Amino acid sequence: MTAINETFQKLKKRKEAALIGYVTAGDPDPKYTPQIAEALIKGGVDILELGLPFSDPIADGPTIQEASIRALKAGTKPKKVLEIAKQIRAKHEVPIVIMTYYNPVFRMGLDSFFRLAKDCLVDGVIVPDLPVEEANDYKKAADACKVDTIFLAAPSTSNERLSNIVTYTSGFLYLVSHFGVTGTKASVENATLQLIKRVLPFTTGRVPLAVGFGISKPEHVKSVVEAGADAVIVGSAFVNIINRNRENRNQMLLELEETALKLKKAALP
Amino acid sequence: MKKIDTYPVDGKFGKYGGRFVPEVLMEAVTELEAAYEKAKNDKRFKEELAYYLSEYVGRPTPLYFAENLTRKAGGAKIYLKREDLAHGGAHKINNTIGQALLAKRMGKKRVIAETGAGQHGVATAMACAALGLKAEVYMGVEDTERQKLNVFRMKLLNAQVHPVETGSKTLKDAINEAFRDWVTNIETTYYLIGSVVGPHPYPMIVRDFQSIIGKELKEQFKQKEGRLPDALVACVGGGSNAMGTFYPFENDADVKMYGVEAAGKGITTGKHAASLGAGVEGVFHGMLTYVLQDNEGQIQNTHSISAGLDYPGVGPEHSFLKSLKRAEYVSATDKEAADAFLALSKEEGILPALESSHAVAYAMKLAKKMKKDEFIVVNLSGRGDKDVETIADYLGVKI
Repeated sequence: MTAINETFQKLKKRKEAALIGYVTAGDPDPKYTPQIAEALIKGGVDILELGLPFSDPIADGPTIQEASIRALKAGTKPKKVLEIAKQIRAKHEVPIVIMTYYNPVFRMGLDSFFRLAKDCLVDGVIVPDLPVEEANDYKKAADACKVDTIFLAAPSTSNERLSNIVTYTSGFLYLVSHFGVTGTKASVENATLQLIKRVLPFTTGRVPLAVGFGISKPEHVKSVVEAGADAVIVGSAFVNIINRNRENRNQMLLELEETALKLKKAALP
Repeated sequence: MKKIDTYPVDGKFGKYGGRFVPEVLMEAVTELEAAYEKAKNDKRFKEELAYYLSEYVGRPTPLYFAENLTRKAGGAKIYLKREDLAHGGAHKINNTIGQALLAKRMGKKRVIAETGAGQHGVATAMACAALGLKAEVYMGVEDTERQKLNVFRMKLLNAQVHPVETGSKTLKDAINEAFRDWVTNIETTYYLIGSVVGPHPYPMIVRDFQSIIGKELKEQFKQKEGRLPDALVACVGGGSNAMGTFYPFENDADVKMYGVEAAGKGITTGKHAASLGAGVEGVFHGMLTYVLQDNEGQIQNTHSISAGLDYPGVGPEHSFLKSLKRAEYVSATDKEAADAFLALSKEEGILPALESSHAVAYAMKLAKKMKKDEFIVVNLSGRGDKDVETIADYLGVKI
């Protein structure tokens, strides 16, 4: 059983939903990422999602686009991100998931990428521009290294595609909450809650369901968890804190921890 | 030569192409593929397309024997396929009128597009105005600056222009923003891609609509010379005019095909846009193809004197033709293109687009190496009125 599965099992016993926290590795500088991770974990993040920055992130809104640019400017390279992941993971029980786009993975080579990911104690990988139709070699390479492959589902995904995606995904299924890119939103749409209800029959008993995109406040977490999600993914809200406090690291870490704490509280029974 | 079968198969040209897009878009590209397959065999759609191509676009465009240029080059005879005479001043309208008709058929009322030089944006605005669709065009700020005239033209044509401030602020970033718009507004919006790039089925759809260029020139050339040309030359950025020229000749083994990329300030300087010549395989904008990227897979910034060739990727079918050695991909520098612009203007009284000038530059070099009774056809993909300021700068002249 993978560490991600164990985390979900443990939380299920406690009737808690998981808080998955995303930050872009290397933003604003690679040397801060371990401290940022530490703050999020202290605040109660159950799974840490580290963004491996890509120059052209088409699924991301302005917040994460800008974070990617800052990280790349600070010299954040894929191997460096994996080293940082190893440094964090060696100290903490919290599983680490790498989120990136397909080209950096493809450029390194699928086998090399997953071998290195495994060596760096990475638990799972998310590639938002890789649909299951193009993922056969990728899946094989990941399976050989026992790294979880987290695929995405979206509001436009048909039931037919959904059952296929569920057979490819491992660790959890990443459900995109609405039509659009990543970024904070004022509220959770009713359509998102309906979507969760539609997807649940496909995931229940097979794989945990995590909902992301636009989730930034405790009340969002609450409504998504009440609709039946096993996990929430929060990204831009954390990245905004990092960006706002680039010149004041103590304040940055404090706010990250406090925000994680509040969000996690909303995921408790 | 082994016959090239009909491609793509399963969305791929050999191993190139595919559909590397966010899950949100998968249903949309599948729906588009189905709608296109249906439309393409539909008599009414074909009639409608033929009507607009002849009455609105002004097709067929002439195939002109460039006698003076031939004399100057001193070798093979050079013909020009005059896409610069199509409505809007470039080949782009062949594709936009086709896709706008398709969008209308699919019941979409809002059309988005990206543009580099502005030619595709203008052609989208024209087609949408003619067919009663709302057009919104994404354009990098860098390009809105160097192509101010086209920005204003688009506005006159009732399109909304969104300047893009992200990344390198050029064509690739305009495409990124168009994708972001599409994932957000997928239910109401048709994304009208301007080149043979992006996820399947776009490279196929755009190629099919542009292949009118090659079909016409094949017939016209047969009528004039009673045979096929020896060589075809076209510029390649994303590669739509070249693909439209080459496609009807793919299985005519005796016809050599040359795609001319932008060598910018020279391939060795790193300031260029020669994806096929200097890139490596990668996955970008939904397709597996040759991409200009660094060792870590980050997409590189490109440079070309012509905004329309300033793109770090290339259509997957070109990557396929390169792998089969069916087409040869070469390049011309900024200087060679500018000199060719001047030469064609002076010799033939035709101002070529700076993009097309790359093809003219290579054709003149190629002609010298060929016999006098051999023939080259250059696809003159657009006219150069939009580039007059750039050329004045190049010459150090104030206008």
